[in-house]
Amino acid sequence: MAKEKIETVLDEKGIARAITRISHEILEKNDGAETLVLIGILNRGADIAKRIAEKIKGIEGLDILVGLMDINLYRDDVHSKLDQPVIQRTEILFDVVDRNIILVDDVLFTGRTIRAALDQIIDFGRPRSIQLAVLIDRGHRELPIRPDYVGKNIPTSKDDRVLVRLQEKDGFEKVMVVKSGMKLPPSQIQGIKKVTKKGGKE
Amino acid sequence: MQLRSRHLLGLEGITAEEITLILDTAESFREIIERPIKKVPTLRGMTVLNLFYEPSTRTRISFELAEKRLSADTVNFTPSTSSVKKGETLRDTVRNIEAMKIDMIVVRHSSIGVPYFLTQCIESNVINAGDGAHEHPTQALLDLFTIRRKYKYIKDLRVVLVGDIKHSRVVRSNIWGLKAMGASVAVCGPSTLLPFEIDKFGIDVYTDLDKALDGADVVNIMRIQLERQQAGLFPSQREYTNLFGITTERLALLNKNYTIMHPGPINRGVEIANDVADGDSSVILEQVTNGQAVRMAVLYLLSGKKEEAAE
Repeated sequence: MAKEKIETVLDEKGIARAITRISHEILEKNDGAETLVLIGILNRGADIAKRIAEKIKGIEGLDILVGLMDINLYRDDVHSKLDQPVIQRTEILFDVVDRNIILVDDVLFTGRTIRAALDQIIDFGRPRSIQLAVLIDRGHRELPIRPDYVGKNIPTSKDDRVLVRLQEKDGFEKVMVVKSGMKLPPSQIQGIKKVTKKGGKE
Repeated sequence: MQLRSRHLLGLEGITAEEITLILDTAESFREIIERPIKKVPTLRGMTVLNLFYEPSTRTRISFELAEKRLSADTVNFTPSTSSVKKGETLRDTVRNIEAMKIDMIVVRHSSIGVPYFLTQCIESNVINAGDGAHEHPTQALLDLFTIRRKYKYIKDLRVVLVGDIKHSRVVRSNIWGLKAMGASVAVCGPSTLLPFEIDKFGIDVYTDLDKALDGADVVNIMRIQLERQQAGLFPSQREYTNLFGITTERLALLNKNYTIMHPGPINRGVEIANDVADGDSSVILEQVTNGQAVRMAVLYLLSGKKEEAAE
């Protein structure tokens, strides 16, 4: 029974292909990489941003600046969560003014994380544009936000959980959908604790 | 990981994990105060009362800026222009202010235990900004933060606290905090300014400055309050400076890569020589900047702890 309810939607190769395609699409839409900077949302969005930067370097030979951002201080539910999120360091060591910013996250769900990220970026200055790249779009938006680049669209029900596991944090590469009401077998939950504690990108 | 208490009354009994959480969080806030817009919306809608019964420049402004940078609303209370003059008690004063819907109180008072007393009569989170000669936890936390930023660790560093140990709340909070983090702690001052049974803290006690400084990494210099001399606790300012003043010559006794700290306000030429206060190893102004980040971290971490089961 349990096997049917955890579905692997992207494997290692699938993730790599999605990131490669997103990188090409970013370059195509922005006519090159000269004005681009990437900002990844911690934790896994930051890892994906670094991979996109590497890919773009491979394609165009240009080093793209990558910033890391913790959005927890800008959350709209920071005081309603039972566990207060641990604040990590935001590192945007460049001027965002007049740049074309590619905001990167792993899973796009309600859009509230992206709203927080947009507010935070605007506090750093006035970029020329902000575009959104996500590995997974699972739907169920609660705010008028849409991605510009999507690795894979996955139809989910609202109570499902989407788990992105990346080499950097988890030691393996996989995107899984866990159907609502499922308890995860121990072999699959490696790294999951970290995510739920942070208040959930699932 | 969370703090255990919803108040910050002192560092006595605090664990290394809790201090590390505060310092790690402060590291994130330290970045925010370098931004062009030094403000995040985190405490929007919260109201913080700054209840300062004693004069303060650094701590009060530092707390107020920390609150504002987290988007909290702030109210400052000054006893000299309030109904305290008409004889209103402390309990009535804070209960009346709290009736206007306050979420957190930052308190400084000349009497030991006032922050604890407040936790017994009001609902707000209480942060101790100095109570008598008892504790000044945010000052010690910013000292720890400044040390950790420079050395990347605190454990096994030799830290010497010099000066008026007896009347200093900064010293007490520093001892608890440094010991929790595994530093080696010593205090040094004239015997009249060392409290009775100070050695019960499990620290080294010196009345000879040169012995105390030998092999130390960090020197944290406490202000000598001149009214203490009038009370006859040391014969003259000049003698104090000769015996306990930190001068360039004495710095040679310290380990390489030493650090000079002072919580301020400093008496130049008394407990610290001018060129030491302004020297390359002095982090006195760095401490002030870090204080804001540490106070933001404390406000943030306590703000999440509203409803606690009744004790």
